[in-house]
Amino acid sequence: MTSALIEARGLVKHYGDFVAVDDISFDIREGECFGVLGPNGAGKTTTIRMITATSPVTAGELNVAGMDVAAEPRRVKAVLGVVPQDDNLDPDLLVRQNLEVYARYFGLGRDEVRQRIDEALELFQLDDRATSNVDDLSGGMQRRLTIARALVNNPQVLILDEPTTGLDPQARHLVWQQLRLLKSRGVTMLLTTHYMEEATHLCDRLVIMHRGKILVEGRPHDLIAEVAGPQVLELRLPSQERDALLAEFPQGDGFSVEQVEDLTYVFGGGSASAMAAERVGDPHRAHLRPGNMEDVFLLLTGRGLLD
Amino acid sequence: MTPDISFGAVRVWQRNRDATLRNWKTEFLGIAIEPFAIILALGLALGQFVELESGEKYVEFLAPGLLALFPMFAATFECAWGSYVRLEMQGTYESIIATPISVDDVITGEILWGTTRALVNGSYILLVSSILNPWLHMIDSPWAILAVPVGILPGLLFSSISICFASIARAMSHFAYFFNLVINPLFWFGGAFFPFDAMPRWVQILGWFMPLKHVVDIYRGLVTGNLELSMLGSLAWLAVVTAFFYVLAVRLMRRRLIH
Repeated sequence: MTSALIEARGLVKHYGDFVAVDDISFDIREGECFGVLGPNGAGKTTTIRMITATSPVTAGELNVAGMDVAAEPRRVKAVLGVVPQDDNLDPDLLVRQNLEVYARYFGLGRDEVRQRIDEALELFQLDDRATSNVDDLSGGMQRRLTIARALVNNPQVLILDEPTTGLDPQARHLVWQQLRLLKSRGVTMLLTTHYMEEATHLCDRLVIMHRGKILVEGRPHDLIAEVAGPQVLELRLPSQERDALLAEFPQGDGFSVEQVEDLTYVFGGGSASAMAAERVGDPHRAHLRPGNMEDVFLLLTGRGLLD
Repeated sequence: MTPDISFGAVRVWQRNRDATLRNWKTEFLGIAIEPFAIILALGLALGQFVELESGEKYVEFLAPGLLALFPMFAATFECAWGSYVRLEMQGTYESIIATPISVDDVITGEILWGTTRALVNGSYILLVSSILNPWLHMIDSPWAILAVPVGILPGLLFSSISICFASIARAMSHFAYFFNLVINPLFWFGGAFFPFDAMPRWVQILGWFMPLKHVVDIYRGLVTGNLELSMLGSLAWLAVVTAFFYVLAVRLMRRRLIH
């Protein structure tokens, strides 16, 4: 077993009476991309703030690279690279200055990081914008610069809090591509997201968080296979018609049905699902598709993602 | 409460220096013109109509006040509005405390930078006054040069007070309270524009609580060369109040940023 870079045991965070994080435990191992998936308010950002020593832990243990976060916040932060949810690039500084000044916060001199900054600007396709104002960059470029900034100290773990929220699809795909590249170079990543697709796409392992708790942990495809099954039938039918259709499913066959607004999901229906879809014959009203992470979430919480 | 300070405070100071130097032309223009305008308008124009008991010219009386006021403005502007923008609108503090730098470092760096602005401003006013001295006689004693190092104290003080306010402000508009309730009274009633001795007793007592009055008193002694023991008292008063507001600033900002 590889060593854990981040270890959380019974982690709890209270804000007054509100329990933001409720007794969670997880390990993030070297070289993996670990996802924390959940809707807004699930406790993802609070968890990250605890790891980055900007929110005191109410109870439990939290270690980063073998160091207790509460005891050694400076040393912990020195080995982390943080990409916050909202870009907080320094608009008073030029693009390249943003990286140089940030490196200086880690005690790294301009000469020391010159090469690393050159590489980062090139990798994130910002080399021709080195002397631009930050405010003149597009949203996607700002995001990439924020990720490049998080790498200037050569961190042991890169922490990304909803790295693609608010980006258009093209910019999002570019960020994904760059994160995959970092992953292939062995960069350990902790990523939070409320995009199921993003989590499936990038993460080796993930946890699903809901109301401060971890509901499940595993590899994305294992979770989909175990919880949602290979095929899911989506029905958009009047209730009578739907009930008639479902009545023909073989009873006691372990399939389950979830209703979300006007959509009915049938999980684990096997060949009966395929037959039902064929019988309705209209993909808008009965659609058979592969299971995905959203199904896992729906089944575990009994409701869809709200955002 | 012991502030948790490291060399990181200097990194924050350097960040502010670099950000300011990027716009040095705009910054420089404001600093360059200000003392000329004020000496002309208040000292010479208004001064024609003012007759002081002591017999000195109004512009001479005004010199220590200007040395105190404009650095106060420089520090206040930097650490009230400037810090609030960095705290709330730009997320600069948030980005810095994600690195090995602590909140206490950030606040200390900000206060050091506000103090630097105050020192630059004060030195320049002293320089202008000295250049104009053959005509206006604003500076009577070489002791006036001590106004520069002494200026560190009010620089730290007004920067700290401003940070305290920035840490509790929830909107830019809240600075109207700060300006109207703190800075404005200090400006007019800090002893810069009229001699406190001529005021009723209760005004003099009130004045003792005004930090700016102590600054002006010290500068007046240095500029005129009339050194008095009470200046050391004023210095001690300033040191105590500065320490209080510095610790308060750090505590308030910790509460704002770490939760």
